[in-house]
Amino acid sequence: MATAEEIAAEQFADVVTRHRPQIYRFLLSSTRDPDLAETLTQDCFLKAHRNWSGFRGDSSAMTWLMRIAINLQKDHWRNRRMQFWRKTQTNSVDLDEASDWLASGEKSVEQKMMARERVGQVWKAVEGLSERQRTVFLLRFVEEAELSEIAQATGLSEGTVKAHLSRALFKVRAELGGRR
Amino acid sequence: MKIWGFKGKTAEERGTEEAAGEPLDAELRQALGDFRLAVHAWSEAALSRPRPALARRHRPAWRLAAAWTCSAILVAAGVSGGGFYQHRQEQIKQVAAAQARQAEQQRVVAVRRVQAREEEDLLAKVDSDVSREVPVAMEPLARLMDEGE
Repeated sequence: MATAEEIAAEQFADVVTRHRPQIYRFLLSSTRDPDLAETLTQDCFLKAHRNWSGFRGDSSAMTWLMRIAINLQKDHWRNRRMQFWRKTQTNSVDLDEASDWLASGEKSVEQKMMARERVGQVWKAVEGLSERQRTVFLLRFVEEAELSEIAQATGLSEGTVKAHLSRALFKVRAELGGRR
Repeated sequence: MKIWGFKGKTAEERGTEEAAGEPLDAELRQALGDFRLAVHAWSEAALSRPRPALARRHRPAWRLAAAWTCSAILVAAGVSGGGFYQHRQEQIKQVAAAQARQAEQQRVVAVRRVQAREEEDLLAKVDSDVSREVPVAMEPLARLMDEGE
């Protein structure tokens, strides 16, 4: 018969398996650095594991994990020592490289070029967003989270989330508008 | 399987459904859809890439050289700083010893001066006492001298 600890470990392993890709994706889109995203993802699950017994299930496990991930990447960028190295030691890929990734679909060469251009414009706009705007934007349009889920994960009110999203969309629109 | 988010509906499926309380125009919706798919593709590729057990960040040669140079400068500064400190301490000790010697000499000279003065005073007192004492046989003559004065 399995003990309570064994059950908890099994549950946590299941959570890691199910949510790791999404947490990694969010951190990758936030940092544009695959290695850093991987490190922060590991930190996120390590922190989650330490606090797993304290997780009451008030929100979904994904929301809880996303909150940890958001705080970790926030801490990372706000750390002054890291900010010093940020200029010289970043492994972030540039916008062109990030825009090279397109979903494989049956598109013509012209469609692919246009799609690549659009993706590049969105990346450029994302780069110009504030930290909060970027987080809210990525959660909404990459992770497809509901406003209430974003509010829970970021600790902001739904009204504030809407305001950040609106400003982010304004900037993306402006970037796309400049392309025309 | 969708585990978080719009509960099964993608941005494209929702058409012009509101994003932040405002409708998305077709071009923006298309751009956001492409962006989302691109991030998903990149993330999947990055997650499935082969990774060494110990991933090391690439360090440019100039940074390594700069690090070695800085280390060498720090070590040299530390060593020379230590030598200078020791030399300075020795100098301070020598000056202190010289001052102590000088003070001792001054004290000895002062003591000798005091002793010499005391000896001079004593001799003067003795001289004066001796000169005032007249032998008994010479007393009448001495009295005459006193009267003549």
